[in-house]
Amino acid sequence: MPALELRGIDKRFGAVHANRGVSFSAARGSVHGIIGENGAGKSTLMNIVYGLHRADAGEIRVQGRTVAISSPQDAIAAGIGMVHQHFMLVENFTVLENIVLGAEGGRRLAEGLGAARAGLEQLARDYGLEVPLDAIVSELPVGLQQRVEILKALYRGADILILDEPTAVLTPQEADQLFKMLERLRAQGKTVLLVTHKLREIMAVTDRVTVMRQGAIVGEVATCDTSPRELAEKMVGRAVLLNVERGPARPGATLLTVRDLEVRDRLGVARVKGVSFTLQAGEIVGIAGVAGNGQSELLETLAGIRAPSRGEIELGGRHLVREGLDARARRRLGLAHVPEDRLRMGVVAGYSAQDNAILGYHDLPAYQRGLLLDRAAVLAGCEKKMSAYDVRPPNPALRIGSFSGGNQQKLVLAREIDSDPRVLLIGQPTRGVDIGAIEFIHRQLVALRDAGKALLLVSVELEEILGLADRILVMSAGEIVGEIASADATEKKVGLMMAGVKGEGHA
Amino acid sequence: METYTLIVLLLAATIRVATPLLLAALAGMFSERSGVIALGLEGMMLGAAFASAAVAAVSGSAWLGLGAGIVAAMALALLLAFACVTQRGNQVIAGMAINLMVAGLGPALALAWFDLGGQTPQLEAAGQRFLSLRWPWAEAARAHPAPGLLYAELISGHNFLVYFAAALVPISAWVLYRTRFGLRLRAVGENPAAVDTAGVAVNRLRYQAVLISGALCGVAGTYLSTAASSGFVRDMTAGKGYLALAALIFGKWKPWPTCGACLLFAFTDALATRLQGVALPLVGVIPVQFILALPYVLTVLLLAGFVGTAVAPRAIGVPYLKEK
Amino acid sequence: MSTPAKLPRWAELFLLPAINLLVALLLAGVVIKVMGESPWAALKLMTGGAFGSQESIGYTLYYATNFIFTGLAVAVAYHAGLFNIGAEGQAYIGGLGVGLVCLWLGAWPFWLVLPLAILAGALFGAGWAFIPAWLQARRGSHIVITTIMFNFIAAAVMTWLLVNVLIKPGQQSPESREFAPNAFMPALHELLAKVGITFTSTPLNLAFVLALAAAVLVWLLVWRTRWGYAMRVAGLNPAAAVYAGIHPPRVTIWAMLLSGALAGSLGLNELMGSQHRILLDFPGGAGFVGIAVALMGRNHPLGIFLAAVLFGALTQGGSQLSFDMPRVNRDMVVVIQGLVILSCGALENIFRRPLAALLARFAGRKDEV
Repeated sequence: MPALELRGIDKRFGAVHANRGVSFSAARGSVHGIIGENGAGKSTLMNIVYGLHRADAGEIRVQGRTVAISSPQDAIAAGIGMVHQHFMLVENFTVLENIVLGAEGGRRLAEGLGAARAGLEQLARDYGLEVPLDAIVSELPVGLQQRVEILKALYRGADILILDEPTAVLTPQEADQLFKMLERLRAQGKTVLLVTHKLREIMAVTDRVTVMRQGAIVGEVATCDTSPRELAEKMVGRAVLLNVERGPARPGATLLTVRDLEVRDRLGVARVKGVSFTLQAGEIVGIAGVAGNGQSELLETLAGIRAPSRGEIELGGRHLVREGLDARARRRLGLAHVPEDRLRMGVVAGYSAQDNAILGYHDLPAYQRGLLLDRAAVLAGCEKKMSAYDVRPPNPALRIGSFSGGNQQKLVLAREIDSDPRVLLIGQPTRGVDIGAIEFIHRQLVALRDAGKALLLVSVELEEILGLADRILVMSAGEIVGEIASADATEKKVGLMMAGVKGEGHA
Repeated sequence: METYTLIVLLLAATIRVATPLLLAALAGMFSERSGVIALGLEGMMLGAAFASAAVAAVSGSAWLGLGAGIVAAMALALLLAFACVTQRGNQVIAGMAINLMVAGLGPALALAWFDLGGQTPQLEAAGQRFLSLRWPWAEAARAHPAPGLLYAELISGHNFLVYFAAALVPISAWVLYRTRFGLRLRAVGENPAAVDTAGVAVNRLRYQAVLISGALCGVAGTYLSTAASSGFVRDMTAGKGYLALAALIFGKWKPWPTCGACLLFAFTDALATRLQGVALPLVGVIPVQFILALPYVLTVLLLAGFVGTAVAPRAIGVPYLKEK
Repeated sequence: MSTPAKLPRWAELFLLPAINLLVALLLAGVVIKVMGESPWAALKLMTGGAFGSQESIGYTLYYATNFIFTGLAVAVAYHAGLFNIGAEGQAYIGGLGVGLVCLWLGAWPFWLVLPLAILAGALFGAGWAFIPAWLQARRGSHIVITTIMFNFIAAAVMTWLLVNVLIKPGQQSPESREFAPNAFMPALHELLAKVGITFTSTPLNLAFVLALAAAVLVWLLVWRTRWGYAMRVAGLNPAAAVYAGIHPPRVTIWAMLLSGALAGSLGLNELMGSQHRILLDFPGGAGFVGIAVALMGRNHPLGIFLAAVLFGALTQGGSQLSFDMPRVNRDMVVVIQGLVILSCGALENIFRRPLAALLARFAGRKDEV
């Protein structure tokens, strides 16, 4: 009898069909992987199992019994626990308070907390999940916070544990520790559902794997009977082009020089630590790294969104830091930027496509008529960009939110390239972008390189970096730990460097 | 001895002014700790002031008045919770709307029902108001100035609602820090998603918090119209709801510091009354308006981070959306 | 689906506010019924009182002038992502500026006094908005709370000034002396008489025209200039603003200065146009009505104009009502204002979702045909 069985789970969000009649089962005492691209419907499915969303149709069976799950309370009662990608912790509470929240054992706290402490110490020993119970959560490292989440689920008696993209914020080493922990849970008879879009994790730890694409299940296999390539093909629905067709780079003059750059966050913690590199015309330099290792901060600092605490950025003979040039001034010097998080930063959701097509360029003389904005010029500019980049539907008056992720990204790219920049900073160019648009965007980037632009590419998708970059800089814990020419780069080599093993410095 | 008497009387006045502030500020604490902005304190208090005075006048019982005040303020709280929690409306707007609505509704209903130009009848008969309680030996103690006067004026000689408000501070602290409800309340104002995924219903918790806030505002409003004065008059809260909010911020959303802020603000008020037109050595006459504006200025300075820092509950003002 | 239901533009801009108003009036009708009067008769009295004669129209538009100024003030701040609850205090202090010019320079010719009064009102109002704006921009102090506090501080300052400084010597009530006639805003019936149109004498004055001009300028600024573009980006998505090289703190300050200046212009109508002196609490809640006006007018100048006329009509009709129905007083108008804010601002989704569903069904049926 499977520990968890789903039958015909169906869910729509307005026009989006997030889950299409999903059925699968996970065996007791196994680690079951669910893999799919971003937006394949994995998280929706798991949120339905945990009672955060309600399925429009379908049945959930736990240990052979049909259960009605309409809230996390029901899920917990059915023995289901979930560790979310973004931790569900009250940051100014202690570990102990976080764990007992919702399972306090009585109206008065004191007794419940005492009893919980004893129980938790036992639980922690059993699974090797030691955490300081009286520490404030916000002061713990991410890996420990994740342990708190796992303990929270186990403390509530979870037999089925869902982990949603658990390694997104972990280094490969921390991830390996997590996998060991999962094996221990499996040995104790727990069922683990591991939701991820990373093939490495599936291969490393799961017993069986279910592949999702566009809301539906497209395959299920025993992990030992499959290969990463086969899984990848199932995920995207055809053979993946891991290598973008491109000729060798012909690097020219140095356009951007970064010297000893240090960036601190609001709490004063250094996120980028003394980074130096150069960027030449006609090359794509990729920055690889596990998410959260300073790439985002580096990119934003170069773009003028964050201020560095030390160091200098030189662009065409100008000292951007010393001269105090902001994002607007840098754009005018030919530094364009496609941000990592398009919806948070790259577009204004309430604006039409044409208004989004001038974001950051709204004060260019071309768009002014006296004191007023030249609406006709704005419209014409947007139409031009839409046709050049094949944005569909080509309707400038449509709100940007009505476009697919790929078309939004094409418009953002068009906007940034339209000003004929010398250097293009580009973060996660294909996040939330459909396959067809990915190819188009990749081709555009290579074309830009061949036109003599300098591109700095930040991506957490190692395959994307390997496929596009001419040189790869690897970041770990805020430092550039190695540089490798694309010809010499393999996934394994770069992966080792990402884990913080210093590279030998091919220049 | 003259100065001593003056100080004791000033402190006694402080306690009387602080009572409605404290009740409203603690009301605000429950609401804001759960993540719902407490801009409706003024309206809930005013509604209660009207309802309690009206019922006390008609029924002749201050206790029935108190009950009516609490019911009225809780009804407004329910409306507020419906707008803020269920409908996920803008919490600032909802609070302002309730304040405005009640500011008109009280006098309008008073005129229609009592025909006294927007007031309720004077509460004169015995039992219509909450009167000062004389503690044993208070009169006798008065003769022994030092501790006796203190006992007679500060400890004894207040009405029931004052003692209730005073007791509410340790009770609130206990509820907030020592009970399951308090733990969940503090959590839901910081990270409602954590509470939800831990299997506790967020909206239910917020409704409870806002309703508690309504009940306490009910007591505060009753105090204004049936204890501190004898009847409802137009706009009788006179900004006390906002002042209570300022005290809550000044007290950093914690019960004891909030109590301290209420006493401080009430003291400035009592002092302003006392200093009206009195020339002080060195500084001369301090305009009473400036003393009255002091709590607002202090709160602005605190919010600006010039005197300490005030960190609000993180999820305040943000409706909880289950499906993202 | 959790995102707010989308409505066609016409429904969003006209149908929904109309329904909001209807619900507010319906609830007010219930209150009037409870008071023992006929809601229907009350509505007729109010409509007649607001629009029934030249005189009533004049008064309605005179009240509307105040609400246009404060409504625009709230809306401008709103587009920058700020909730300005301090329009009341800004109007109060702005009026001080207007009044001071009129008191000191009242002997100068009107065409010199007017621009100076406009400037002073704007500067004083903007100045009062500047401190909360600066605190929000530079120190992160929540502008909702600070503007509330500044309303009270403004009231204290003005009371002190009127009681101790500006009071007309030998007078009991805290008011300044009357302005010199040169500093009176010309009444509209006087101006109309010059072009041969007769209109009853009402407090409606040139400030109404200034308010309309302000509405047009706000429209141009917010929707047709790069500054307005930047302001709205900062309001809608501060992260995108930073990315685009817009500085949200700077936008906060500029938007609040403009907002304060608009609120501060209320004195042009209320003091220069009607009272001809500075007196206690002359904004009379117009700053708060401005919130209702902006909400109902969807923060668009045209909508604000219509909503301001509506609230002007409520104010004027309400005083007529209290005159003719002894059991109903002017407080009823405040109740209706509160109800409109509640139904437009806090409970809008109640009507939005069913309305969206209804319209979708209707549209679906039309498609089938």
